[in-house]
Amino acid sequence: MSDFPSNASMVVRQTRYQVKFFSRVPVALFFTLALPLIMLFLFNALFGDHDVVTDQGSWPVRQFYTGGLAAYTAVSATYSNLANMVPIRRDEGVLKRWRSTPLPTWGYIAGFVWSAIVIALAGVVVMLTVGVVLYDLSIDWMKMPAAFVTFLVGVGSFAALGMAVAAMIKTASSASAVANATILPLAFISDVFVVTDDAPSFLTTIGNLFPLKPFVNAFQDCFNPLVDGWAFDWQALVFIAAWGALGSVVAVKKFRWEPSGAEPRGRRARRAATT
Amino acid sequence: MVAIRVADLHKHYGEIHAVDGVSFSVGEGEVYALLGENGAGKSTTVEILEGHRRATSGTATVLGHDPTDADRELRDRIGVVLQSSGVEGEFTVREVVELYSSVYRTRRGLDEVVGLVGLDDQVDQRVGSLSGGQRRRVDLALGIVGRPDVLFLDEPTTGFDPAARRRSWDLVESLCDDGVTVLLTTHYLDEAERLADRVGVLAAGRLIAEGTPAELIEGISGTVVSFMLPESVAPADAAATLGAVLGAEVRVSGRLVEATVDRPTSTVHRATGWALDQGIELEGLTVKRASLEDVYLQLVERAAAP
Repeated sequence: MSDFPSNASMVVRQTRYQVKFFSRVPVALFFTLALPLIMLFLFNALFGDHDVVTDQGSWPVRQFYTGGLAAYTAVSATYSNLANMVPIRRDEGVLKRWRSTPLPTWGYIAGFVWSAIVIALAGVVVMLTVGVVLYDLSIDWMKMPAAFVTFLVGVGSFAALGMAVAAMIKTASSASAVANATILPLAFISDVFVVTDDAPSFLTTIGNLFPLKPFVNAFQDCFNPLVDGWAFDWQALVFIAAWGALGSVVAVKKFRWEPSGAEPRGRRARRAATT
Repeated sequence: MVAIRVADLHKHYGEIHAVDGVSFSVGEGEVYALLGENGAGKSTTVEILEGHRRATSGTATVLGHDPTDADRELRDRIGVVLQSSGVEGEFTVREVVELYSSVYRTRRGLDEVVGLVGLDDQVDQRVGSLSGGQRRRVDLALGIVGRPDVLFLDEPTTGFDPAARRRSWDLVESLCDDGVTVLLTTHYLDEAERLADRVGVLAAGRLIAEGTPAELIEGISGTVVSFMLPESVAPADAAATLGAVLGAEVRVSGRLVEATVDRPTSTVHRATGWALDQGIELEGLTVKRASLEDVYLQLVERAAAP
């Protein structure tokens, strides 16, 4: 009898499988990758040509939101994608089927998480490339290490949070609603679409409590010509990572393989009570 | 050697005892069928053995392992066809077979698997585009792709057309020739009769009878006398009226009147005598040996009686 496949080959195969799966779900492709790009086009069409003039120089305003939109793409590829897909796959019984195979639990989850990170990376690279090619986004290579590290901390944490929310969502039919209802309003107060300095203070406070705003700002700072040096925002990274750690704990504790309603409860109980 | 052992197994959901003290064992290479109505506890029992559910009490072992530990060694040696479970509909048959086979130590090749389940012509179709019966064959394919020693089949042929059922029976039989142990649940008595070495009948979470199909038929049996309900008898009174006429317990379902009796000659005599007196014809009068189905109906009725 041969051995089990090595861990590395197993994770690579599972990741490839999840990415391929994702690429065949048009609605997921649209919301995760296409929608942020459409926003980029719209933003540029609406006010991309305005300039931001400071005493250090003048830049087109797009230099200040492309990074934020790229960060949002990364969040939608990890958090929204996982919070959406995992409950659907669970209710279809796909997770339960995998549970019957010798694939270890962590192997399946690793495939999910890595695929989300690969998709996020693709989304961010496409977004930044479009920014550079079509909209003269200027890249400061000195800040790219910070962009990469911020990206990794961000996608790791948002993937963990996506898995945590997926574990708490009861049924597949509510998954998309929960994923969007949590991330979209938060995006408006987290400097993704609009950056204002005069928002009501309670909204600023709420935005500061969640990891989206620090992530968007830390990533955007890597493209902000007004930020000097390497652009590492360690405080934000620690804050995001702490949320990620919390998400991991919940995800591991609450992870379920069974479709919702698989354990007989109400109906069988009632039937037994009447006979 | 015993492949599956279940002893005094209980699974309770609050007040509900879905499995209520079931014991049986399945020898290596044996095909054992759990027969029962919906809610009798078949799937719950099987899912405990598959490691999907935790028993409230009692023991269950598969190949000497406790399935609730869900250890990898064990799951490498079992094949599971769940009653309902999804498969990635966006993938082709080829892709899912290759993907699932990759996690086992010993595998069947793609051609062998699709040949066994009869999906040769659908290899490059997406699973989502297959018919219900074809999708069930994908379930079967994924159950055997890892060359299991023990195969769990939870209602494997539900939704199959007659040809496909026969084909999957042939498949199960050929697996048995290779020494695979099979635990099967089914509503279909012909399926149990054809495939199973032994049958366990479950009702309300309890095992109410066990034996080879032949033993079960011998043990209870008798002969079934049946005919269609004459129009002169109201369906509501049928059981009482005809019970008195035949001197036996009568089952009425729709227009079909059945009695399982030990001395069919006298029963037929009473029935025909009564019909002649009434001046009516007993439509569809039949006398036949009890089948597993009759045994089953009797057993379930008996178990439900106080």
